[in-house]
Amino acid sequence: MSALSQPTTASAEEVARFQAIADAWWDAEGKFKPLHQLNPPRLEFLRDIAAAHFGRDIAAPAPFAGLSLLDVGCGGGLLCEPLARLGFAVTGIDAGEKNVAVARLHAEQSGLAIDYRNATPEQLEGQFDVVMSMEVVEHVPDVDVFLAAAAARLKPGGLFFGATLNRTAKSYALAIIGAEYVLRWLPRGTHDWKKFLKPSEFAAALRRAGVTVAGFEGIRFDLVHDCWRRTDSLDVNYLLHGRKD
Amino acid sequence: MAMMDTDLQCDVLIVGGGLVGGPLACALAAHGVSVAVVDREAPETALAPAFDGRASAVALGPQRVLAGCGLWPAIAPLAAPIREIRVSDGASPLFLHYDHRVLGSDPFGWIVENRAIRQALSRRLPALPLARVLAPASIQALRREAGGVVATLNDGRSIGAALVVAADGRGSPVRAGAGIGLTKWEYGQTAIVCTVAHEKPHGDVAQEHFLPSGPFAILPLPGNRSSVVWTEKSALVPGIMAQDDAAFLAEMHERFGDFLGGLTLEGPRFAYPLSLQFAKAYTAPRLALVGDAAHGMHPVAGQGMNMGLRDVAALAEVLVQAKRLGLDLGNAAVLERYARWRRFDNLLMLGLTDAMVRLFSNDIAPVRLARDLGLAAVNRMPGLKKTFMRHAMGLVGELPRLMRGEAL
Repeated sequence: MSALSQPTTASAEEVARFQAIADAWWDAEGKFKPLHQLNPPRLEFLRDIAAAHFGRDIAAPAPFAGLSLLDVGCGGGLLCEPLARLGFAVTGIDAGEKNVAVARLHAEQSGLAIDYRNATPEQLEGQFDVVMSMEVVEHVPDVDVFLAAAAARLKPGGLFFGATLNRTAKSYALAIIGAEYVLRWLPRGTHDWKKFLKPSEFAAALRRAGVTVAGFEGIRFDLVHDCWRRTDSLDVNYLLHGRKD
Repeated sequence: MAMMDTDLQCDVLIVGGGLVGGPLACALAAHGVSVAVVDREAPETALAPAFDGRASAVALGPQRVLAGCGLWPAIAPLAAPIREIRVSDGASPLFLHYDHRVLGSDPFGWIVENRAIRQALSRRLPALPLARVLAPASIQALRREAGGVVATLNDGRSIGAALVVAADGRGSPVRAGAGIGLTKWEYGQTAIVCTVAHEKPHGDVAQEHFLPSGPFAILPLPGNRSSVVWTEKSALVPGIMAQDDAAFLAEMHERFGDFLGGLTLEGPRFAYPLSLQFAKAYTAPRLALVGDAAHGMHPVAGQGMNMGLRDVAALAEVLVQAKRLGLDLGNAAVLERYARWRRFDNLLMLGLTDAMVRLFSNDIAPVRLARDLGLAAVNRMPGLKKTFMRHAMGLVGELPRLMRGEAL
């Protein structure tokens, strides 16, 4: 992959911020522990919706074999690796060069063939059965430009997954004050609350990009059991899925 | 597993294919998780009558685990149901009587000779395409690394896996190799185990007499046979074991009582020193402990096998779920879920059995009076008794699916 100067849909500042913490990405007991803990409910959501959409049996080995998936903003590959194990032919792209390097290194260690590229969606060609972008829209400078580029990589009838943080008083308290200041899960300044998207705003932006949202689901942190759980409440972290027309 | 050059690659390497490692291998392999089982004993050796003379109490919950592993059909014809439990204290007339009908039509559990479980395993494991058994073989070297586990066997073969499970018993070399400490104390008691035939039917009743030297249990086996667990002060055991069959039987008969008529000894006698032990951690990077490798307890409450099968059910559920999410099975978050689930439950049971041993293994008059009154009082409080019974049946706590009789 050729070196890219300034990716258009990610601001340089944002990229640098995540690069600073990329090394610790794969340490399940380290800084990124909350993200590792967040993985099971997110994967369960993706798997269950995709199984229903494509008519696959989740108990079968590699249930999604034969389907292609693009992860936009793949980070260190925390979602790409499990999805590759589930049978998807995975392409992971990220605007952070170091993220991609970390992801590549780890996939090799895991013995997984994943196509990682230091790119933004508009730099790609071809179309995928599934396109997902988790916890990325709240970091991009222009949501419409970003989602149009991501949706362009989706096959007609294909499945789109998104995740972000809702813009509510509760999310301000939990994601900014709680996660960045109190628990120190994330470096201060990781998130800008004003850039969080309400579910209706996310759905409207996707609609403009040709994707019809079919459902939402929330994820909440269970302090008692120290894990994340799926919930109907979309107040803080939420996921959505939609279909390209 | 960086495409490691191993002779065999699987999801989970299980060290020890016995009463806990074996069922775990079956549960995983039947649900899409590939396993390799390494055992020091050749399968024929482990099935010989002289290898293991013990019988295990299998409560209702753990029986469902064996059913979920596909093992129960082969065990059922050789399992004796327990429909009543009688607990008595020495010669005291006060005793505790549990009748399964209080809770419904299911028996409390079953007494199964360990050999029957080993036999069922030897048939079931080869029938599972995702299970490979390597026995007799031992682990020469075990490396747990960021990308996976690599084991080298004594014959030079190598196995790669995402996770290694130590099911290698109380002395667990894998646990020791990982530097996981052990808390342990000896009871100064030894269990003498043998099988007897008796004239009269046992009526599916399990008996436990609390004698000053330790509990004496008579556990029903199929037919007019019972398994005897005779707990004795360790110092006296060599003398008892050295006796010829007739003298041994006469001494045992005194404790056994006459209610089942004449007794004859069947097969060899065994002596097992008793101790309580628990591992200071249940997991380490890419390692999980199960069964006796994690916890060993006094057989007073018949819970050793049950706790092992609860480990199996919990670990199998955690791993099968992780596999179906595409997660790395050796991932710290996955292992933490298992450790959290089992650790408190096991410590509770260890504490309870330890308290029972200490309370009942003495003949100090006030303690004796208190526990007799306690037993009688429990007998008169249906609510409390039901709770005890449900505990003994393995039906309390956040139950893994296999223990609820549900599919994974």
